[in-house]
Amino acid sequence: MERKTKIHAEEGRQELLITREFELPVELLFRAYTDPEIVEQWMGTKVLKLENKKHGSWQFETSDPQGNVVFQSNGVIHDLVLNQRITRTFEMDNTPFAVQLEFLDFEELTSDTSKLTMHIVFKSVADRDQLLQLPFGQGLNMAHNRLQNICNRLKDKNYDKAQ
Amino acid sequence: MELRRDVFQAIADPTRRAIITLVALQAMTPSAIAENFASSRQTISKHIQILTECEILQQEQTGREIYYQLNPKKLKAIADFIEPFRNLWDDRFNKLEAVMKKYKSSQ
Repeated sequence: MERKTKIHAEEGRQELLITREFELPVELLFRAYTDPEIVEQWMGTKVLKLENKKHGSWQFETSDPQGNVVFQSNGVIHDLVLNQRITRTFEMDNTPFAVQLEFLDFEELTSDTSKLTMHIVFKSVADRDQLLQLPFGQGLNMAHNRLQNICNRLKDKNYDKAQ
Repeated sequence: MELRRDVFQAIADPTRRAIITLVALQAMTPSAIAENFASSRQTISKHIQILTECEILQQEQTGREIYYQLNPKKLKAIADFIEPFRNLWDDRFNKLEAVMKKYKSSQ
């Protein structure tokens, strides 16, 4: 199957560029990022909070089929311009990974197609490369489970208490 | 992990990436490679040496000439490194597209 998503990761730089063209009007692409119900569908996660405004914040949570929370993430929305861009931070809870800064650009190509550019900035080159090396290959949920395993190995005592 | 770092060091430099692209088309001698660049012969030699040390290029002796050719296995290692991450995002975005198409037609 053709892979439409392009990832540009230049060696020695603490950033990533992810681009993808969609057969969707830009309004719908943008909506997929701001409508909690829709986010839940394609991200496979529960949306606890999603404030689509400047200085808003967001919080997602993923559970396994038994209902145990396996993955939590959060961040703040620094800027949001309808159908154009979202600038936000992304942080995985209870992991050693530092917060990431994400610039999401939504671009209209034609009335029926659009392009998303995600520019992700990491705290360090090592942080970025570590994230790329996580075993993401086998689908989101599997990745989350594996991520959880990795985190369990790295977790600190506070995390034990929190759980 | 050590191996990966080496390979990535090899492709970090734009000149080395250009050399990889050239040699991907056909095996070449060092002087044939150097002809494509404004840099000195020595500079290009150094780049070729690094690429060889990282095993991206392989040497082949043909008569008196040394030819350099691409080691496809190493190049695949580079592609494999980023591929799982790309697949993750591609799957997510495919899902996004499918969800929104359904949403669009229900409007």
